[in-house]
Amino acid sequence: MAELILEVKNLVRTFGRRRAIDDISFTLERGSVLGLVGQNGAGKTTLIKHILGLLRAENGSVRVFGLDPVADPPGVLSRIGYLSEEGDLPLWMKVEELVRYSAAFYPGWDPKYAEELQKQFGLSSDSKLGALSKGQRARAGLLCALAFKPELLLLDEPSSGLDPVVRRDILSAVIRTIADEGRTVLFSSHLLAEVEQVSDRVIMIDGGRIVLNDDLSNIKEAYFRIDIRFEANQEVPPTLPGSIHWEGKGKDWTVIWAGDQSALTSAVCALKGRILTNRGVSLDEIFVAYAGGCTQ
Amino acid sequence: MRLFISPTDGVPIYMQIVQQVRRLVASGELESGEELPSIRSLADTLVINPNTVARAYRDLEAAGIVTSSRGLGTFVAATDQSTAHGERRSVLKERLNALVVESHQMGIPLAEVQEMLNESYAAFLAAQDLEVPRG
Repeated sequence: MAELILEVKNLVRTFGRRRAIDDISFTLERGSVLGLVGQNGAGKTTLIKHILGLLRAENGSVRVFGLDPVADPPGVLSRIGYLSEEGDLPLWMKVEELVRYSAAFYPGWDPKYAEELQKQFGLSSDSKLGALSKGQRARAGLLCALAFKPELLLLDEPSSGLDPVVRRDILSAVIRTIADEGRTVLFSSHLLAEVEQVSDRVIMIDGGRIVLNDDLSNIKEAYFRIDIRFEANQEVPPTLPGSIHWEGKGKDWTVIWAGDQSALTSAVCALKGRILTNRGVSLDEIFVAYAGGCTQ
Repeated sequence: MRLFISPTDGVPIYMQIVQQVRRLVASGELESGEELPSIRSLADTLVINPNTVARAYRDLEAAGIVTSSRGLGTFVAATDQSTAHGERRSVLKERLNALVVESHQMGIPLAEVQEMLNESYAAFLAAQDLEVPRG
């Protein structure tokens, strides 16, 4: 088994009465890309704050590279490249100052790579960060997260509000990071098409709990969107093993369904229904099915 | 090698690569001995996970479509006439399987599907001004 970069066990976090994280457990192996998805307020950022050691586990434990990020911040943070939606950059600095400032923090800073990225991103040394466009600021943040070749790249909603060209730069950075052997990526996003494009594994969080945690290819092979016509009007969504979410009324219903195809036709027949279409689904559709309620 | 990947398609990305490479090989657009792009460069071009490309290449190798040797690269496997024909058949078979399932689910009997297939084929030939291929 590959080395575990991340090990979260039975993590709980409450804010007042609300359980922001409600008994979450998962692991992340070296060399893979994990996509973390969930609605706003589902608990993604709270989870990431625990990984960065900014929050102490109320219950359960968090280990990054086998270390406790709260007990050993330098041991953990010096190995994580972090980029958040906000960027958190000192806006009064010039690009060259930011580069010098960041380089001082990380022993593994690679000046040649930093220079290469700066050129590729079209960031001129004497531009003030505060005067840059949102996209260029995101690229500056990305440069800092990448230039010390971190073992774990942690991106929290990196693409929010950015144009497609910058988003592509970010995704390419994810790809190049993972192509360098032994490096790992965790990124959270609500742009599910991006998650589908680059992830090995997907964790979906809803209401502080994990509702889905699997290899993306397994997910794609297990979930279907099925249109069914019933002989009689259905007042409530029918009961069908494996159904996640129903939509429809009268005789025509659509279900997001997961399971073994061979059992499906007879199960639908038993309900006096007929399958009209049956196709694979995007992560977006699965997400809406889980988040949209009406779960059986 | 021209591949078109749609991340939001219901088909997993590795499977899209496998299917498209098989089609390119079956149609002769990729010839035996031709080198496929490296895992890294294909991942870079398509902006997809290299692990996904690696999985697709592994599946293609297991199916005998490509051969790979460490350090040298991945190449389209040498095929004789009958294997190439068999490969074309298996590409087509995948589509037929989907057709069979769909027609069954829609309640259209096999005889009617066959009839529709004949009609489509005749219409295609007429439009192309072609004759029925022999053999």
